[in-house]
Parts: sequence; structure tokens; C-alpha cells
Amino acid sequence: MPGADRPAPPSSGSPALGRRRFLGYVLAAPTLVTAAELAPAEPARAESAAADIPSADVTELVDLNDVMSAAALPTSGLITVQVHTDETVSFALPRAEVGQGITTSTAMLIAEEMDVPLANVRVTLADARPELVFNQLTGGSNTTIATYTPVRVAAAVARGRLLEAAAVALDSAVTELTIRAGVITGRAGRSTTVGALAEKAAALRTQRVSTALKQSDRFTVIGTPQGRIDALDAVTGRKKFTMDLDVPGAAPTMVCRPPTINGRVGSVANADEVRAMPGVTDVVAITTGVAVRARTFGQCIDAVRALRVSWKPGSAEGKSDETVRRELAAAELPLGLPPLTPSVEGRFTFHFRSNSALETNCAIADVRSDRAEVWSSLKAPIVAKEAIAARLGLPLGAVTVHVTEGGGSFGRKLFFDAALEAVEVSRKTGKPVKLMWHRADDSRQGRTHPMATSRVRIAHVGDTVLSYKQRHTSVATDLGHGFGEILTAMAARLPVADLGFSETFFQLSQSMPYDFGVSSRLLNETDKGFNTGSMRNVYSPDVTCARELMIDKLASKTGKDPYRFRRDSLKDERSRAVLEKVAEVGRWGRVMPDGTAQGIAFHSEYHSASAVLVEIDCRPGTVGRPVRDGVTGPRVTKVVLAVDAGLTVNPRGLEAQMMGCAMDGIALALTSSLHLRDGYFLEASWDNYFYTRQWNTPPELDIVIMPDTTGKPGGAGELGVAASMAAVACAYGRATGTMPTTFPVNHGTLSFEPKPTTPPVPQSPTDGLDHAY
Amino acid sequence: MPEQTFRLNGEQVTVDIGDDVRLLWVLRDVLGVTGPKYGCGINVCKACTSHLNGRAVNPCAIPVGELTPTDEVTTIEGLADTVSADLHPMQQAWIDQDVAQCGYCQPGQIMAAVAVVRRAAEEGREVTDADLDGIRNICRCGTYVRIREAIRAGAENM
Repeated sequence: MPGADRPAPPSSGSPALGRRRFLGYVLAAPTLVTAAELAPAEPARAESAAADIPSADVTELVDLNDVMSAAALPTSGLITVQVHTDETVSFALPRAEVGQGITTSTAMLIAEEMDVPLANVRVTLADARPELVFNQLTGGSNTTIATYTPVRVAAAVARGRLLEAAAVALDSAVTELTIRAGVITGRAGRSTTVGALAEKAAALRTQRVSTALKQSDRFTVIGTPQGRIDALDAVTGRKKFTMDLDVPGAAPTMVCRPPTINGRVGSVANADEVRAMPGVTDVVAITTGVAVRARTFGQCIDAVRALRVSWKPGSAEGKSDETVRRELAAAELPLGLPPLTPSVEGRFTFHFRSNSALETNCAIADVRSDRAEVWSSLKAPIVAKEAIAARLGLPLGAVTVHVTEGGGSFGRKLFFDAALEAVEVSRKTGKPVKLMWHRADDSRQGRTHPMATSRVRIAHVGDTVLSYKQRHTSVATDLGHGFGEILTAMAARLPVADLGFSETFFQLSQSMPYDFGVSSRLLNETDKGFNTGSMRNVYSPDVTCARELMIDKLASKTGKDPYRFRRDSLKDERSRAVLEKVAEVGRWGRVMPDGTAQGIAFHSEYHSASAVLVEIDCRPGTVGRPVRDGVTGPRVTKVVLAVDAGLTVNPRGLEAQMMGCAMDGIALALTSSLHLRDGYFLEASWDNYFYTRQWNTPPELDIVIMPDTTGKPGGAGELGVAASMAAVACAYGRATGTMPTTFPVNHGTLSFEPKPTTPPVPQSPTDGLDHAY
Repeated sequence: MPEQTFRLNGEQVTVDIGDDVRLLWVLRDVLGVTGPKYGCGINVCKACTSHLNGRAVNPCAIPVGELTPTDEVTTIEGLADTVSADLHPMQQAWIDQDVAQCGYCQPGQIMAAVAVVRRAAEEGREVTDADLDGIRNICRCGTYVRIREAIRAGAENM
């Protein structure tokens, strides 16, 4: 705690009857600053969940969010709410905003608790704060779960201090005051404002105080649909991403990269010649390639293309989809002896996919002899800061890491590949750099969701399921961004202590929502030669897709309706409710033309539940509809998605997240994958890697947010991907009459002409004027 | 070094840079106009979509030397001024529909949307589903449905 005196004992006022008290702080500062510890103020849910559910399924005892929350308990880092004389309230959120809307939902929590206008709350992103230990990681859809109470506690302490100051200013008792929209009114209608009291309510010395939180039946902001607080900046071009920042002297920098994955620089034949090109200031070899720094990125591209570099082999030399398929087959864990009862069995292949955001990997770095300053969108900034300090041989305190607004993440920004390169280039050139990956680099050398297979066996008698086995085999997922540290640190306390690291993550993130008797899921990993990482919803889309397809297969075999079979098998009420909702809203079972069909699927995670019903059109006229340089294929014509994320802070934001999840699910099922050949990925463009485009977008989308039955926020940023992918796959199977087993379904057809690997980036076209419209 | 001159958001600008440098880098790296975003540099993702003399173009594919002194480049920063308001109707529709997620592609999306609506109006018709399907701008957050809704709403007020 900066500048803190010894904490005073909790204030002695008698707590309101029946209302739980929370401890917060008032910090010594010129204007009112209040704080709370960023640790869950409630007992870990594992205890209550364990008491409720006598099952041995590990995810019902504890899921990943509980592990993350529990891991944060010993931390002492504070988060602070600051009140300013201009009527605004500010808060530096120790998380990364990458589009998921957490700056808005956090501002809503503060506006709610303080009764100030939402527009007066400014939420920025905190620099890397190592004192927060594990508590500055954005992942696992954990942000709202972890920050919901602490943010409100800090805001409630501020409200209490403002009321105390207002009582003096207005010569009223605190109980006579009302606070509305930042205006505090006392006896005889006299009033003052939050801004007018910002200095009067400030503390001379830091004190610990206790506070109550507003009760949910009095919420006027939480649970109401709100637009994003940065919407105006986003639509006017004023929103600043890393590459938009004006850091003095930081010149555009790009890296000439190897033709194969993780190839290494051998020698550079023409560095001097390239250094003399227009605009170019520096050419230096670094760990990952040859960096060029120039006046503009256009001149960087020219220089990268002009470099003549001999390369050493990479980490996936000669590998292809087919060789990896064989590696996976060799690594697959056995399903065991065939059961004595009837069973259904399936094997599914999921190809490499890119978690590339629209903003490519990028970072600004200014490295001096005794210090370094870095700007980048980072979901694990503490780990990044530690890694940067280690790389530069600087003390941790000499490195400042600013977390900037991110242009999408989807898991990509858990890592800090560009930041590490930027500090290396800055040190070697002695100059500040603005380093950005070319799109081709981001696709070919950037991190991927690893290729995997999933095998499922369901043993049954009639329509009663006796056992469910799933064996997921995957190219190794790199979890080395610090997420894993939490798991490692906590693993001894979990019932999965004897499991390996990825397997622990797998077990904690997967669950069996159906009453399928004896259930087991195992993960085995192979081949660490690829640049991988978590991609939105991590293992769940593939695992759930395989499971839901097999449920359809079993339902078909036993003559049951896929929806009814699921509904009758789901274990709990919240799960059944979302499934019933999509069946009702989506008119499950309605008569549809041949070649079109509905599909339905379910997924639960992050203390939340989701169900998706889709309709797909696989008729030749639709599949063959022409689009230049794109993939059309089957069209999802309708998506109905029901979500129960517990207490929803911002329904409009949740709807946005679910819409994105649906688009991801469509892409994963139908169109988006990387093709591995000769040790490199062929995709180098958005017209190679077929993420959902407007021509694939469902004309009808209906998102239903279920009423809260828990009183607590669940996670949601990734939740809808798995059920969306699975529902599309199920619908595709029902429309075509053939269950798909390879994803995306179009992977076998290469729908583009691969770009060369040398030079590694394509030149920008010059015919832009010809395409004006 | 060659001198390039053109009009940018209502002002005459002049920069010293080679003819072949693409307009996107002149805007972003030389002039500090950062609304148009880099997403691919090969006229595929459309994140840099801006207007040239009122038509949608992609600055990543235009050598700055091809511009003439009277060519008017409008980026997202200058869009509202074309209707002499604080916000262009399409920007307002974007806020009303809460379209943006991360926001990175949104300047390009809005500039494309305005051009699509203008094109339909010039052809004397409403914006169609086919028009919307034909928009190539990528949104990796997948806010496509709200983009479609906002374009229809924005068109009402254009």
C-alpha cells in the first residue's frame, strides 16, 4: 500500500442489520481515494459446490475460476477508486480490455455503487503491477467473477466518505442525505456534488474501514443494457491502440521472418544495401529474424522484401497436416476394451486454427542503458514485465509496462511475443521502436490453436447411457504465460494433484453436464514444436463439438429426438432451462426443406450455461454462391443462443460477446483453419484464413439472456463458442445426412493460391484507385 | 525527395516522401492520422477504408504519388465534417446500436458503410442483403449482425 500508515481498526459504527460488511480502505491523497483488496470477498465457491453436489466430477468440485480466485487470496495489492474535483471518478483496471467490454462493465459497477452518472466514470488500464502477483491476468472469462466485489467495495467506501463529508458541508445527518447522479442533497434541499467534496472527503492518513454494498433489489445500473463507454472514441477514430500512440522517436519496425516455423537467422547478405534504402534507419539481426526500422511501415515492408537472408531450419521442419495426424494417432490414449453393451463411437480431427486478432502482434519499446518502457496490449502484463526485465538484465523496478487498449485478443494477447522483440530491437539499435508484425507473419508465425483429435465412446442400454469416455489428443498448447503458474501453485490443493499441467487445465475447464453414468475425459499432448496458445474457449469448442455430435448419433440410433434426449439427460435446472429456451424460441423440430436442418447443442463452463440452436442451408445453390477470393459454403441462416451467466452486469455487452462467440463457432465448424505443409502454414492473409465474413453471417440472430438465479456473475467472454461450433456441426450433419468428422468441414479443399514464403511478406498493391466504390 | 500534395479532411497537406509509399503510411506514420488501421497491407481486410473524392478506397493500395493536389482524402476523422455535424449519421447509428467491440476495424467499417449506402442511393434503391453480404471488411470480434443493423439505421438518416 503506497504511503500507508498502519491500518486503523475497522470503523466502529454498528453494521446495518443483516447486511454483510466488507473491508476497504481510504488512502492518504489530495482528493478522495478509496481502495479494496483485489481478492474475492466471498468464500471460495468450491466449498459450497462440493457440499451441494455429491458427484466426483472434478469440475463440479472446483472449476478453473475457483482456482484462479483462490490463487489470488494471499495477494495484498489494492485497486483504487479516485474522485476528482471535475465530478469524474477514475479507476485503473488491472486487466486488459481487448473488446470484451470490461471497462464498461467496471464503470457500471462504480456508477451503481456510488450513484454517480456512468458517463462520469473513467476506467483506464493499469500498468503491469507485480505486487498483484497472480491478479493481473485476463483469461478464463474470469474478470467479472474476480473483480465484481472488490470494485464495488472500493466504490462503496468512496460513497460513504462522500456522504460523511456532505453531512458536514450541508449541516445534515448522513441519514438525511440522498445521493443521486453525483448530487448529494441534504436538509431543506441544500445540495453539493461529488466533485465539490473530492478534496473535503480526502484522507490525511490511510485507514481501513468497513462498508456494506448496495443490495441487488436497489440496482439501477447493474443489469441494465449500456453502450460501451469508449463507443464515441471507437467511431470517430480517436480510440488509441498501441500503434496509434505517439511515443517520441519510436519509428516503425518490422521483422523479416524465416520461411518455416521458428526458423533461425543464418547470415544476412545485403544488410548495408538495405540500410541505404529510402527511409531505413537500422537493420539488425534478432532472435526471431532480421529487424528493420524505417520512417514508415511501407518502407519497412520494402526493406524486409529486399533482405537476402540465409535461414536455419525451424522447429517444425518438413511437417504437414498428414505428419501431425500420424503423431496424434501415435499419442492417442486407448479407449479401453470395447464395452459388453451396445455403444457408439466416433473420432474427430480438428485442424490448426489461428487466434490472430485484427490488430497484429505489436509493441512499442524504449530501452535505455538503465531502464526500459514498453507499451502493448497484454493480458499477462506481470509475466511480460518479468520476462522483459530478465531478457534485458534490468531490475524489475527499472521496467515500466503500459497496458494499452487491444484490437482483439482471442487468446493471442496472453503472450507478448512482439514486446520481447521490440525490447531486443530497441536495445540493439539504441533507439525507440514501434514494432508491428505483418499480417502474413501474424498468420504464419503467430500462435495457433493446436491440431487435435478427439475420440468418444458412449456405452448404453436402450436410451440409458452407462458410460461416456473421451480421449482428446492434441499438439501441445503453450500455457507458459503465467496462467499455468496459478495452476502449478494450486495443484497440490486440488483433487487433480497428480495430473500434469495441461491435463490439470483440461480437467478444470471441461465438465460433463449430462447424466451419462461413469464419465472420463483425458487429454494427451504431443509435439512442442509449434507456436501455440489458448484460443477463445481453449479446449472446449473441439471437446464439446465431438461430444454433441456423438449425442446426436446416439439419439439417432435409439430413435430419440436430439433435443429431448439432451433435455432428459442434463443434470441441472439451469442447463435444462437454456436448452428449453432455444428449442422454444428457435421452434425446434419445425419442418424444413431437404438440404437444410436445425442443430442444437449445449455447453457449460465458468459457472455459466449456454445452448445454441442453428439452422443451416447446405443446398447446392447456397453452397455454390459466388464470392470473390472467399469461401461461401453452407450458410447458417439462423442462430438462437440462450445464455445463463448468472448475474449479468451489462446485458448489451453480454449479447455482443455471444454474437462474437456465434461467429467464431460458425468459422470453426465450417471455414477457418490453417494448412500445414513443408514446415509452414500456407495462410498469409484474411483471404486465405476464412474467418466468418458478412457473406457467412446468419441473417437471423436471437440472443436470450436468462433471468439470474444465482445472484453472482459467471464468466461469459468465451462461453458461447463451444455450443455454437457444436450446433453448427450437428446441423450440418443433419442437413447432409453425414456426420462431419473433420473440422472445419472444408479443410480438405484449399480455397486459395498460397503466397510465397520468400520474401516473407507480400508487397502492397498499387491498384487501389481502380477499386473505388 | 519528391513533394506530395493532396487534400486531407478539408485541408491541403504536403509531405516529402517517395511516390511509391502507400497512402496508408503517409497518413499514419508521417501525418499522424491514425483512424485508418493496418490489418493486412494488401487490400484484403479493409481496416484502412477511407474516402477519396467521396468514394471508398483502401489507402494501403494507393501509392501517394498517384494523388493530385485537388484529390480530397477523407478519413474517419473527417467524416463528420462532410455533413457539418459532430457525428455523421452512420457514426451515430454505430453508437446507437453499440456496434464496436474492440473497435479496431470500426473506422474502416463505417467508411465502407457510408459508401455502400451512397452507392445504393445513387442507383435509386435501398440497401439490400446482397449489398451487406458484399462488404468485405473483416471484424474478428464478429459484430457483423450489429454492423448490418447499424447500416440500415444509418441509411435512414443519410
